[in-house]
Amino acid sequence: MKRFADLHLRVPLEDPSKAESMIRKASELGYNLVGIPLSPHATREEISQLRHICSDAKVDFATRVNFSPRTPNELLHSLRRLRRKFEIVAVRCHTKDVARQAAKDRRVDLLQFSVTNLRKRFFDEAEAELASQALSSLEIELAPILQLTSFSRVRLLSSLRREAATAERFKVPITLSSGATNEHFMRGPRDYAALTTLFDMSMSSALRALSETPWVTVERNRKKLSPDYVAPGIHVVGRKTGD
Amino acid sequence: MIKREKRRYLALEVVSEQPLNEQIILDAVQASVHRLFGEYGASKANLKLIKFIPEKRQFVIRCSHKELEHVRAAIASTTAINGKNATIHVLGVSGTLKALSKKTQNS
Repeated sequence: MKRFADLHLRVPLEDPSKAESMIRKASELGYNLVGIPLSPHATREEISQLRHICSDAKVDFATRVNFSPRTPNELLHSLRRLRRKFEIVAVRCHTKDVARQAAKDRRVDLLQFSVTNLRKRFFDEAEAELASQALSSLEIELAPILQLTSFSRVRLLSSLRREAATAERFKVPITLSSGATNEHFMRGPRDYAALTTLFDMSMSSALRALSETPWVTVERNRKKLSPDYVAPGIHVVGRKTGD
Repeated sequence: MIKREKRRYLALEVVSEQPLNEQIILDAVQASVHRLFGEYGASKANLKLIKFIPEKRQFVIRCSHKELEHVRAAIASTTAINGKNATIHVLGVSGTLKALSKKTQNS
């Protein structure tokens, strides 16, 4: 049985009751893991409160941070400061330089692009080639497809079709997430997978992008953040305390 | 021998604050299929409302099995019914009504 994940559930952190109802809804819809974006300055209390809500709702919780750097240097600075604090790091690329830097940096998990300004979607062949050599995957949010209407949706679908084909050609993993800010835009994983047929993704790729790909990212990062991790392929298997 | 067209039955649940009847729901789903796939796509989908349970806000529709993913995409893309916020969730899909009712009872 597939384990589904929604790595971008944008719950309102200032309203715990609404956050709780969204997390419960995600669990009801069949998700086993939710990634909730937090502020870079999120406190341990906030994180443990969300963890508690998620465990009550029987859904796994992954901490996530979204960066929107203006320059590659700003991105590198943020990565140095915050990479080890969060399980998922997503970068919203507003400029081509940032997009290229994010694609080649192995500390970046998800590459995001604007859904309203399609000129700022920089996921082309060069970007895909860089991303394929690193560990980043292309994140496609599905709530905007529900929110947008008529020509803006047509243009977005057209861009997504091109990007999904490029990602597949260069073997860049795609992660599908909801990006939902309220329950109204939350759908079950198979419904989201059906929505991806609108930009010609196959059902099997879509289901993989909602299950295996996000789980692989989170599990890889959890291993790296564990105190037992030393280097790729090396981890502490046991400790002996001296007298 | 002419092969009989295969069908799929979908159990759906509507989340909306307004009162709904079967015609409103079927119109909303058909409008959504029409908006996304046009008249040609809507004609291939061959939608039909089979059952409506008003107290649970659940209903069952039938469609062509070849168009299942398109119908599902259209259902997922429904965000409003009669101009008011509404969401339709797919509870289950099956090839027969008997299997569908078993599936939705178990879930």
